[in-house]
Amino acid sequence: MKREVIVETTTDFIRKNFLFDDKVNLGECDSLLGAGILDSTGVLELIAFLELTYGVSFKDEELVAENFDSIAKIAGFVSGKIGNPVG
Amino acid sequence: MCAIAGIVHFDGRTDSPEVEDLRAMISRIRHRGPEEFGCYRDHHTGLVHARLALIDIATGQQPLSNEDGTLWIAFNGEIYNYIELAKELEKLGHRFRTHSDTEVVVHAYEAWGNECFSRFNGDWAAALWDRTRRRLVLSRDRIGVRPLFLHRQGQRLWFASEVKALFALPVIPREFDPRGMEQTFTSWAPIAPVTPFRGIEEIPPACIRTYDREGILHERIFWQPSYPCRDAEHKNALSLPEATEALREKLERATTLRMLRADVPVGSYLSGGLDSSLTARLGRRAKQGDFRTFSLRFSDAEFDETEFQRAMAATLDSAHVEVCVSRADIARVFPAVVMHAEKPILRTAPAPMYLLSEAVRSAGIKAVLTGEGADEMFGGYDIFREAKIREFWARQPESRIRPRLFERIYPYLARSPQHTKGLAQEFWRRGLDHAGRPGFSHEPRWTSTSGVKRFFSQELRSAIAREQLPDLLTSLPSSFNAWDQLAKAQYLEIVTLLSPYLISSQGDRMLMAHSVEGRFPFLDVNVMEFANGLPPAFKLCGLSEKHILKRAAEGMIPATIIQRQKQPYRAPDAISFLLPEPPEYVREAFSEDALRKSGLFDVAATRMLFNKCIAKAKEAGSVMPFSNTDNMSFVGILSSQLLHASLSTCIGMDRGTDIHFTTEVDALSPRHVQRNRVQEAYET
Repeated sequence: MKREVIVETTTDFIRKNFLFDDKVNLGECDSLLGAGILDSTGVLELIAFLELTYGVSFKDEELVAENFDSIAKIAGFVSGKIGNPVG
Repeated sequence: MCAIAGIVHFDGRTDSPEVEDLRAMISRIRHRGPEEFGCYRDHHTGLVHARLALIDIATGQQPLSNEDGTLWIAFNGEIYNYIELAKELEKLGHRFRTHSDTEVVVHAYEAWGNECFSRFNGDWAAALWDRTRRRLVLSRDRIGVRPLFLHRQGQRLWFASEVKALFALPVIPREFDPRGMEQTFTSWAPIAPVTPFRGIEEIPPACIRTYDREGILHERIFWQPSYPCRDAEHKNALSLPEATEALREKLERATTLRMLRADVPVGSYLSGGLDSSLTARLGRRAKQGDFRTFSLRFSDAEFDETEFQRAMAATLDSAHVEVCVSRADIARVFPAVVMHAEKPILRTAPAPMYLLSEAVRSAGIKAVLTGEGADEMFGGYDIFREAKIREFWARQPESRIRPRLFERIYPYLARSPQHTKGLAQEFWRRGLDHAGRPGFSHEPRWTSTSGVKRFFSQELRSAIAREQLPDLLTSLPSSFNAWDQLAKAQYLEIVTLLSPYLISSQGDRMLMAHSVEGRFPFLDVNVMEFANGLPPAFKLCGLSEKHILKRAAEGMIPATIIQRQKQPYRAPDAISFLLPEPPEYVREAFSEDALRKSGLFDVAATRMLFNKCIAKAKEAGSVMPFSNTDNMSFVGILSSQLLHASLSTCIGMDRGTDIHFTTEVDALSPRHVQRNRVQEAYET
């Protein structure tokens, strides 16, 4: 799956579920945690969405802020997982 | 406990306040004092009073005056040291005709002028009218337990215990103040003098406002929480055991005053935590005879503390009343709760308190002790412990060990998957590089609450941008920067949350909705000043909160309650309104029409939130809770919408025509109507 598709789908999900604005400008590198867009439950919602949409699953130790703090990081992390399915 | 209201015309004698307006005003707030009504009027001023009689049932009617009728008062609250003050005033030659604390206020003002207020130990909202000097004095207690609002137009002024009394008159404007919204969606409530309503001011806590004969305002703040400077030498400092003993005595005295200075039985709330268990124990000791306790239970186990409440009630041997609150109960009473709070609220937690006071009233009790204030005075909240860790971490921001201290205060973190830890750390990392900033302790909370502002409409955002917003952080006490970090956090907690939200929206307003007076031993001036003077380590010892208070409680309440993990008082939030189906009023509040009408929130965004929440609630077997942001957004928007809708509906026809004044003094009436037992006592 192309990285751009993941970026687009994830951006759309974040806009609709956390920003409640489907047109708002959201940069690929904007910090989602620092800006207060996601709180801890919000991240759970996001992870559930990614697992369901891309058929991937995350291990506990992968769930660190570094992997989820921006759309770019999420897309990189998820596409890596799709490319190299583990267990 | 009571309601007060009044109208003052500083200009001329041509046009005096109308008794019918006073009647309409007091009618709207009669829940605060349903037992007797009284009214005073002269050329310039009208005072009106609704009474809930707790002290001097027979002769404590109001409005009330001095010997020669030149000084009149409408008073809400209690002065707990009134007997001691009366003795002092008698020595100065003052004569008393009643046994009420209100009359003491009149004579104290005569004797000491505005200095009288700092002598009072109690909670009050007072309006004094000095007829000779044509001067109005409005004052509130140190923490702002009793409410007081006003509106000014030129040389006319209206004041009342609750805003709804002002809104009884068509002349008073009724619209939202963008500043109130901005403050609510930052720190949970508008900070006085700002209110949710444009043109309506709240008298700040510990404030004395004097309006002279020209209507010119002189304002003075006579008290504020104050703490020792960080490096101050503690002269005559008490050891921890000595301080514990002294605290026990002060708390006992504070509680005893609140039990005995009443001519009706006083009950007690019992949450199952340390603070209310302690005040209930001391209350039990103070007075022989029956003792009633009241507890909230929750059908949601997550919020329930039944086990500890029952354990405490058993040791008190009290007649114990339990109110079990369900989600449906919260949804059912929420509109009434918002009407009483008169503020948008971000949590449903006031709703159960509304139901609890209803049970108190049904049991025939008019006053209760509560443990409110202990967490603020003795460093009980997690926010104080977080701030301590964050300050420690800020000194070594790269440390991976220091932030692990959060696991000590939130044990669930230690058991949590890595991402929760990482996120929690991200949350607390906010503002870490600004450890010296005055708002350091509260910034994470203010930032996360501010997330809800993303729902504000463009219109509201522009309005806020145009306003001059009072900035709390630039008007701090001059010694603030010299205080310890804990003291700074305590100050901010008292000023931004205790006064405008906990003691108000969740306190006085919910109690008085059912004519019940709250009495707060931890807000006794002697207890507060003693607590504030203690070294920070006596309060927050390492990460152990309320250290000295726990020691003081030893032997008085079960060890299991002293040692238990502190449980913050919470109630189910958004979920209360969503299952099985949102009630009609909720759908209405979130409807496009209603959202457009209020203009407060972005319609598309709010609809998206509403649909998200409905879908989430319905997810079969969903175990994922609502996020804090979604909960605050849902409840905050719902309450704002309800409050806004009430602005257009509360222009009712209720003019209070059924209200009969048992005290009526009308200097304008051709017959000089004077029905007042105090005055009659004079004349005979």
